[in-house]
Amino acid sequence: MKDEVESRDDRVANLKGMGCSRKRVEDARFTQGKGNYVDDIKLDGMLFGDFVRSPYAHARVTNIDTEEALKVPGVLAVLTAADLEPLGLHWMPTLAGDKQMVLADGKVLFQGQEVAFVVAEDRFAAADGIEAVEVDYEELPVIVDPFEALKTDVVLREDLVAQDGSIPDGAHGPRTHPNHIFTWEAGEKEATQQVLDNAEVLVEESMYYHRTHPCPLETCGCVASMDKVNGKLTLWGTFQAPHAIRTVVSLISGIEEHNIRVVSPDIGGGFGNKVGAYPGYVCSVVASIVTGKPVKWIEDRMDNLMTTAFARDYHMTGKISATKEGKITGLHCHVTADHGGFDACADPTKFPAGFMNICTGSYDIPTAFLEVDGVYTNKAPGGVSYRCSFRVTEAVYFIERMVEVLAIELGMDAAELRRINFIKKEQFPYKAALGWEYDSGDYHTAWDKALTSVDYDGLRAEQAQRVEDFKAGKTRKLMGVGLSFFTEIVGAGPVKNCDILGLGMFDSCEIRIHPTGSAIARLGTISQGQGHATTFAQILASEIGLPADSITIEEGDTDTAPYGLGTYGSRSTPVAGAATAMAGRKIRAKAQMIAAYLLEVHDNDVEFDVDRFVVKGAPEKFKTMKEIAFAAYNQAIPGIEPGLEAVSYYDPPNMTYPFGAYVCVMDIDVDTGVPEIRRFYALDDCGTRINPMIIEGQVHGGLTEALAVALGQEIAYDDMGNVKTGTLMDFFLPTAWEVPNYETDHTVTPSPHHPIGAKGVGESPHVGGVPCFSNAVHDAFRAFGLRQTNMPHDHWRIWKTANELGLHD
Amino acid sequence: MSKKMHIKLNVNGKDEEFLAEPRELLIYTLRERLNITGPHIGCETSHCGACTVTIDGKSVKSCTMFAAQADGKEITTIEGIGTPDSLHPLQEAFKEHHGLQCGYCTPGMITRATKLLEENPNPSEEDIRFGMAGNLCRCTGYQNIVKSILAAAAEMNAAKEAAE
Repeated sequence: MKDEVESRDDRVANLKGMGCSRKRVEDARFTQGKGNYVDDIKLDGMLFGDFVRSPYAHARVTNIDTEEALKVPGVLAVLTAADLEPLGLHWMPTLAGDKQMVLADGKVLFQGQEVAFVVAEDRFAAADGIEAVEVDYEELPVIVDPFEALKTDVVLREDLVAQDGSIPDGAHGPRTHPNHIFTWEAGEKEATQQVLDNAEVLVEESMYYHRTHPCPLETCGCVASMDKVNGKLTLWGTFQAPHAIRTVVSLISGIEEHNIRVVSPDIGGGFGNKVGAYPGYVCSVVASIVTGKPVKWIEDRMDNLMTTAFARDYHMTGKISATKEGKITGLHCHVTADHGGFDACADPTKFPAGFMNICTGSYDIPTAFLEVDGVYTNKAPGGVSYRCSFRVTEAVYFIERMVEVLAIELGMDAAELRRINFIKKEQFPYKAALGWEYDSGDYHTAWDKALTSVDYDGLRAEQAQRVEDFKAGKTRKLMGVGLSFFTEIVGAGPVKNCDILGLGMFDSCEIRIHPTGSAIARLGTISQGQGHATTFAQILASEIGLPADSITIEEGDTDTAPYGLGTYGSRSTPVAGAATAMAGRKIRAKAQMIAAYLLEVHDNDVEFDVDRFVVKGAPEKFKTMKEIAFAAYNQAIPGIEPGLEAVSYYDPPNMTYPFGAYVCVMDIDVDTGVPEIRRFYALDDCGTRINPMIIEGQVHGGLTEALAVALGQEIAYDDMGNVKTGTLMDFFLPTAWEVPNYETDHTVTPSPHHPIGAKGVGESPHVGGVPCFSNAVHDAFRAFGLRQTNMPHDHWRIWKTANELGLHD
Repeated sequence: MSKKMHIKLNVNGKDEEFLAEPRELLIYTLRERLNITGPHIGCETSHCGACTVTIDGKSVKSCTMFAAQADGKEITTIEGIGTPDSLHPLQEAFKEHHGLQCGYCTPGMITRATKLLEENPNPSEEDIRFGMAGNLCRCTGYQNIVKSILAAAAEMNAAKEAAE
C-alpha cells in the first residue's frame, strides 16, 4: 500500500494544504482566454442598455423627449424616471441609509448622472438612441467644495428638507444644514480637549486625502433575464456581494427572493468598485421585465470613473499631543467627508465613516476623539473602500502623517518616535481609545526586523550626505526615506455591531464530500482575483485531510452557495475562511465517529493525523479520509446518518488586525519633480499564512495601487463640476515601466480568535503603502522645512513643492 | 446607418467573411460576431491593452481599429496561442510564476508578450517593462508578469537550443 510507505511529510505535502505555495487552479482558463466575465455572457435575443447621462453637475431636468430616439433603428425602449415611478423604482435605497435616484427625477446632482436608459438591439444602436434623446436642462449653481456646501443657500437635496424649511434627521442622526448628512463621533471629546490643552507639545495639521477611484480593469455590468414563463429573474453581474444583491433586488422589486438567482461570474478585479448597487442593475432588470428579453448593461470606462464608486475625499484636521520625550498623550481628528450627491457609501450600517476610528493606529494613545461630518456636493456618489477595509486607508494615512509631523516638531527620528509609542506585545488584546479591541500584535519585532533589513541607520547617513551634497551643488536629487507602520481592521464583522442593510456580516461555507474522497465546497464570498478556489481548498485540505487538488471551490451563484455577505474589506479569509475551517471540523468530527466504528474502537480512541484517523498508540491501525468518505456512503453505521456533509455560518467574535512595517527609499529630481523609487521593503504580518505565493502577489498588487494613489491618481473636478480625469489618459494607472520591484517579508502573529489564526492580507499593502510613498516624498524635503503637502504627489506637485521651498533659486 | 462593407479576415487560422457597418470596431467583431471572447474591453481608448491581438505580425489594440481596417489581414488572439494540451511557454510561465490574478488583462498581456519575445528573444527586465507598458494590470503590480516573461524567454531559448 502506498499509504504505508509514504512518510508523514510526504502525506502533508500531498495535501497541498495551508502554508504551501500551491499554484492557482484558476489560471488554466484565464491564460487561455477562457474566463467567463459578465460581458462574455450572451443569451438568445439579448438586448443592450445604456444611459443618457447628464453633462451638467447640477441642473433641473425640465423635459425629456424620447420620441426621436424611439425612431432610431434598433432602439426598442427608452426608460425615464416617469416610467420607473409607477413601480416605485425611480429612486433606490443606498447602503448608507440614504436614497439615490435611479434615473433623474426632476434634477441631476452630478456630471454623468443617469437620466434615461436606452434599450436597443446592440451597443451601436443604443449609442444612436442616446444621441437622439433630447433633454432640457436648467443649470443650477454647482457646489464642489464641501466647506462651501455647509455655508451656501444652494440646496442640493430638496427631498431632504421639510416643507417648512426645517431639516429632518438623517439615517445617522441630526443634520445641521440642508447639505449636511451626518456627524459621527467616537471617543471622549472633553477628556481629549483637556489633554490637548495641557500638552507639553501640541501639533496641528490639516491634510486632504483626495478623491480617487478603484478602477478595476473590468468595469461594472450585468445581464438581467426575466423568464416570464416561470417567473424567475436571473441576474449575472459584477457583484462583490451577490447574496446581498439578491436581497436588495427582492426588497426593491417585490420579486420574491426564491425567484431571483444572482450570479457573479469571473470578476475582472473589484477593489471596492463592485460592492454597491447601481442604477444600471435596476434599469436592466426593469428593461428585461418590460421587453421580456435579456438585457445587458456594461459601463464604458468614462461611465465607470465618473459615476460608480469613488473612494476617499476626506478633508482631515488633526491635533496630536505628546510629552517632550515624544510619548503621545492625545489625538483629535476632524473629518469633512465629501460624499457627493447621494450618500451611497458602502459601510456597515452603524459606521457612516467606516472604521475611521482606527485612526489611533498602532500606537498606545490613551485619549482620543474623532468627529466626522458627511456633506453633500455636486459630485458622484460612492465612498467605497478602495482596496481597504472601511475608511481604514484614510485613518492610517492620517495617523502616519500626524506621527511624522510630530517627529518634525520634536526634532526626533520618525522611526524612533513610532517605536516608543507602539502598543506593546504584552498589551494585547488591546483596547484602543476609540473603542476597538486589537486581537494580537508584535509591532516592535516587526519594526526592528524591517529597519534592520533596510539598514535604516545607513539610509539616514546616506540621506544626510545627500543633503550636504545638494547644498554644495553636487547633486540635484534629494533622497527620501518613507516609513509607515500600519494596523488594519478587517474581517467585518461580528453580527452584534456589523450589518449591511440589516444583514449581519457573517459568512458561510458548505461542504460535500463525495464517495470517492473528493469534495465540493461552496462559500458566500466571491473571488475577484484573490484566488479563492486555490486557497480555500488549502484550508480545507489541512482541516479534512483530502488533497486540495480533490476539492472544488464554488462561489457566486446564489441558487447553490450558502448565504454570505461577499468579498471586500479583506473579509473573505477572516470570515468565510473561518467558516470553511469550522465546516471542515464538522466533517472531521463525523469522520472520527466513522473511523472509530470501522476500527472497532471508541470514538475517543482515534485521533486525526494529516489525512487519516489513527488508533491512539497504534499508528499502524488507521483509516484514511478517503476510506472514511467511502464508508460514509456504503456502510450502515448505527446512530450515524449516511453521507458526509457540513455547513457553517460563522459569526466572528471580533475583527482581525493585520499589521505591517514598510520602508520606501526614493530619489527625487527637484528640477523635474520626478520621483524614482529605489527600494521598497514590505513586511506584512497577516497571522497564519495560507499560501505565501498568493500573499506575495497580493502585496505586489496592493503596493502598486498605493503607488498610484500616492503619486498621481485622482478624480478631479473643476469649479463647474466637470470631471477632469474621466479617461485612462488622465486617470493614472501605473504601467510596468513606472513600478519598482518590491521586497516582501513577514512575521507571523496569529489571530487568537480565528480558527486557523489567519487575519487577511489583500488590502494591507494598499493601506500601509499609501502613507509610505507619501512619507517618502515628504521626507525628501524635511531638511528644507516641508511639513505637509497633499497627495497625489505627481511630478507637477512635487516640482511645485521644491519651488515653494526655494530649491530652484 | 451607412452601407455595409464586405470584410474578409483570417482569425486564428480560420477564414471569416461577413458584412459589417463601417463603424464596427474590431474588438466587437471578435467578441460579438465571432464569439472570440479572450480579448477583453477595458477602456476603448487604446490605453489598457486588454484587447490586444496580433495583426499581420504586429501587436494591435483591437478596440480602436475598425473591422474594415483589418480587411484581408491575419489576426491572432489568445485563442490562437497554445492549446489545452500544449500550452505556449508564456501561458505555462504565467501559471508557474503567479503572473495573473483576476485574469482580465491576461489574454492581452500574453498576446503582447508573444510578440515582444519574437522581436527580442533575450529581453532584459527593463526591455520587458518598456515593451509591456502598453498593457495595464491592476492586480499584480507587474513584478510576477515580468518574472513570467523572463522565465518563458529562458524556456523558449533552451528549447530552441535543444532543437538545434
